[in-house]
Amino acid sequence: MSIPSALDPQPSATSPASLTPNAKITKKILVLGATSGIAEATCRIWAAQGAQLFLVARNAEKLAAVAADLKLRGAAYVGTAVADLDDTGKHAELLAHAVNSLTGMDIAYLAYGILGDQARGEQDFEHAAQILHSNFVAPVSLLTWLANFCVQRRSGVLAVLSSVAGERGRKSNYLYGSSKAGLTAFLAGLRNRIDREGVTVLTIKPGPVNTAMTAHMNIKKADVNKVAAAIVKAIDAKKDNLYVPGIFQPIMFIIRNIPERIFKKLNL
Amino acid sequence: MPLSTAEPEALTTPTVAAPDPPTGPPQFESWGRYPKYGAKVVPLNWRSDFPAALAGAHNGALPVGLGRSYGDVCLLEGGTLLQTTGMSRLIDFDPETGILTAEAGISLAQILDFAVPRGFFLPVTPGTKYVTLGGAIANDIHGKNHEVAGSFGNHVPCFELVRSDGSRRLCSPTENPDWYAATIAGMGLTGLITWAQLRLRPIVSRGIDYEGIQFHGIDEFLELKQRYSQVEYTVSWLDCVSTGKNFARGILMLGEHSQAPGELKRSPEPKLVFPFDAPAFALNRTTVSMFNAVFFHKQRKAHVKALRDYESFFYPLDAVLHWNRMYGKRGLTQFQYAIPWEHAKEGTIAILREIAKSGLASFLAVLKAFGNIPSLGMMSFPQPGIMFALDFPIKPGVTFPLLERLGDMTLEYGGRLYPAKDAAMTAAQFQTFYPEWRRFARFRDPMLTSSFWERVTDSTGAKPTV
Repeated sequence: MSIPSALDPQPSATSPASLTPNAKITKKILVLGATSGIAEATCRIWAAQGAQLFLVARNAEKLAAVAADLKLRGAAYVGTAVADLDDTGKHAELLAHAVNSLTGMDIAYLAYGILGDQARGEQDFEHAAQILHSNFVAPVSLLTWLANFCVQRRSGVLAVLSSVAGERGRKSNYLYGSSKAGLTAFLAGLRNRIDREGVTVLTIKPGPVNTAMTAHMNIKKADVNKVAAAIVKAIDAKKDNLYVPGIFQPIMFIIRNIPERIFKKLNL
Repeated sequence: MPLSTAEPEALTTPTVAAPDPPTGPPQFESWGRYPKYGAKVVPLNWRSDFPAALAGAHNGALPVGLGRSYGDVCLLEGGTLLQTTGMSRLIDFDPETGILTAEAGISLAQILDFAVPRGFFLPVTPGTKYVTLGGAIANDIHGKNHEVAGSFGNHVPCFELVRSDGSRRLCSPTENPDWYAATIAGMGLTGLITWAQLRLRPIVSRGIDYEGIQFHGIDEFLELKQRYSQVEYTVSWLDCVSTGKNFARGILMLGEHSQAPGELKRSPEPKLVFPFDAPAFALNRTTVSMFNAVFFHKQRKAHVKALRDYESFFYPLDAVLHWNRMYGKRGLTQFQYAIPWEHAKEGTIAILREIAKSGLASFLAVLKAFGNIPSLGMMSFPQPGIMFALDFPIKPGVTFPLLERLGDMTLEYGGRLYPAKDAAMTAAQFQTFYPEWRRFARFRDPMLTSSFWERVTDSTGAKPTV
């Protein structure tokens, strides 16, 4: 079975329904940023459940490797599109193609983002703007389309990777942190608007996770497979917020409540 | 590819112009947790990450997987460890032939999760499923079915080897056969295995038809082994502490994949974790003797039959993650030999007496026979005869003198020790055990080395000290 690319003219010709006529109804999931470590681990769980997946990532070679793996692990359908999600002008076309290929969408999983280089961004506004664009502006563009799509159908889950770093700005990563703070606030507002329309918005706030993004950080990191399992569970439970590992919920409560006159002197 | 272009980088050692050797507690330990060396750990997540990931590796590098080898074969003091566990994707599976193609960092546990529900099983499995495909090839591991299946490399039709110069080779018995033979049991030193094929075997059930038979002494063991030579899986647990009438008592454990169609679901995740380092006195002669007596007599009758799940038959210790912490923070090492049939019996009895005399034995002792199927690796450990393996706690001033004596006895009886389990063999011992080592050295990647390799090829004869 071939994996349709973004260029397939007639997605419906290889639609999931025609591929697995007798299969039970499985989740239809759109994954944006599918080659990220957390996204891939999450997709492996969904694949083993027989889910139908549409994967978007920038690097064609890596995307093909991930897609082939997920197909073998049991995904009922794997569609892919190579795209640079920074390019907001192409979002509408891309997302329409993805939901067409899936013939619907139960879950949109947004795992697209960059850590960036804090030190560089402190000197170079272009880099700071890049972090804000990739982590905040581009996701807002994607989520605007996806939210309206779900509202129209009065169903769906929008699961979005934000970060505990968005809870309070710290000198070590406030560019990344502020981009995620913006995203978290956007998601809270979006939830307030569309939850009543039957659409679930899940804000995922991971602590440091052992993936390629954090490879250079010599700190205690959570196991990516455990994080992925917690995310799948939170989506199934239609939760609003997920701190993962769970210990970050009380940790961030404390961090948020340290008085500023003390906080500003800390090395965090 | 003509070998003339590929062989010349002989015995060069990576430039030892150290900028800043990593300090602090080691991020990566071998299973024995001895020795402990600081090293920089660089994850490889994609097949294309190597050799680019070598940038900044000034003290040499070594591909590593899950760190289940016991000693320093998966360590490189002050160097860079390229951890392959992120390279764990499936690439292809052909249910007609059972041939699975996967990235080399995938674990055997992940392969089982994929294969068992589809009616397939590993062709050869060690006593833990937490090893990577690449590690299984690099150590040419063996299992309880060595007599009928040979070692792991015998079931690997081909793999890709990438060198630090960026060259890529497809290696198989017919394509680049020298590189194939050097890389199987090549201890990760010939380059990075990016992906490999593995020939899985069909099963119809998770179940194993099990038989356990008590024996007393090596003669009885050999007699039983002869009688059950047609059984696929055979292994013995051996009591190495008892002397007198209980000397070399044990239980022969036999298994066959059940032919009655049964459940083929995947295994649950293990839940038990050994939570802390046990104190040094926890394992002593008394506690181990008690364990051994209980283990021997737990099987009430001299001969039992049962249907067991493959997890409990192959991987009883995997049920407790980090069981190595039981040996305390000093860690453990293993002594594992293969002695050819000619001297197998006398050698085994002599070595067992030496071990019992030392009082240092532990309870994880395994005795089995290696069969006649030749391993494909230049440096493979298995050879026809008796294989014996035993864990030892690291005790200052005691363990290493004993291990050196046992190593010399192994040498005297024509046997060899297993690098994947070793933290103690001397350069002289290694070079006699593995006479092919000089030829093998020509295939080593000039950027790759290990603390084991540095130790056993060191002409000064430097020995580990505790």
